[in-house]
Amino acid sequence: MALIVVEVMLKPEILDPQGQAVASALPRLGFNFAKSVRQGKRFEIEVEGTPTAEQLAQVEDAAHKLLSNPVIETYVVKVEG
Amino acid sequence: MSFRIGVVTFPGSLDDRDAARAVEIAGATAVPLFHASDDLKEVEAVVLPGGFSYGDYLRCGAIARFAPIMNSIVTAAEHGFPVLGICNGFQVLCESHLLPGALTRNQGLHFLCRDQKLKIENTETMWTNGFTQGQEIVIPLKNGEGSFQCDDETLEMLESEGRVIARYVDFDPNGSRNLIAGISNERGNVVGLMPHPEHAIESLTGPSEDGLIFFKSILHQMVGR
Repeated sequence: MALIVVEVMLKPEILDPQGQAVASALPRLGFNFAKSVRQGKRFEIEVEGTPTAEQLAQVEDAAHKLLSNPVIETYVVKVEG
Repeated sequence: MSFRIGVVTFPGSLDDRDAARAVEIAGATAVPLFHASDDLKEVEAVVLPGGFSYGDYLRCGAIARFAPIMNSIVTAAEHGFPVLGICNGFQVLCESHLLPGALTRNQGLHFLCRDQKLKIENTETMWTNGFTQGQEIVIPLKNGEGSFQCDDETLEMLESEGRVIARYVDFDPNGSRNLIAGISNERGNVVGLMPHPEHAIESLTGPSEDGLIFFKSILHQMVGR
């Protein structure tokens, strides 16, 4: 069994108020390492066996059509495990 | 026969009944449409109401876009069929690519619920022809993800083509680019609006009756009433 992972992030030019809220909460807990924080989404998709090229192409298609909104987001598809 | 306007109910729609009521008070017949059917029931226009379709899972409007009824609406809208998307309906229209841009989390992160002053900027669309240019109206604004975002090129296109139909007045409540509260497609048959005209149709329950003009505009456009 393998895991196909799709990570979706807001494009850099799109305002991310959630990330900003996290960034401003960190120092209140004494964490002073963050210059900025961006928040995204991670999808873990289980498949039987080793992912085929065709499966990966289908996941790419799904990432473009459903998992991300290309107007405001970018995505990467990768295989883990 | 009375002019028929469909109001779509998705799982999680909230304002479908208010929208249907607004349609009736404007003088048309409201026809309930269901997300799981692709049957438009011979309606001549459609309202996509506010709410939280599919629980706003993934992104607001992202899953509603693939409902069977949306296939019919997208195809019809591309041929000039009138569609008004309010709040979640606006989000569905953006996710369907009938309108450009996207609605993202309010800049202040809080859910907003207030009577909002708007300025009508385009009175040429099917849904705004009953207004006068520059008219200021007050209708409720209630959303968590109402910040209109798009790239610079799209913004320039919307502005130069006069496709911003309404703007927030005095201040930007949710971080929308250029104070944009609503936009239209190129032909003016598809309009998306973040604030809620269907909640401002009677002085008893709304801050004004300004919202009714959106619903009367489509009647005027289609049947000259």
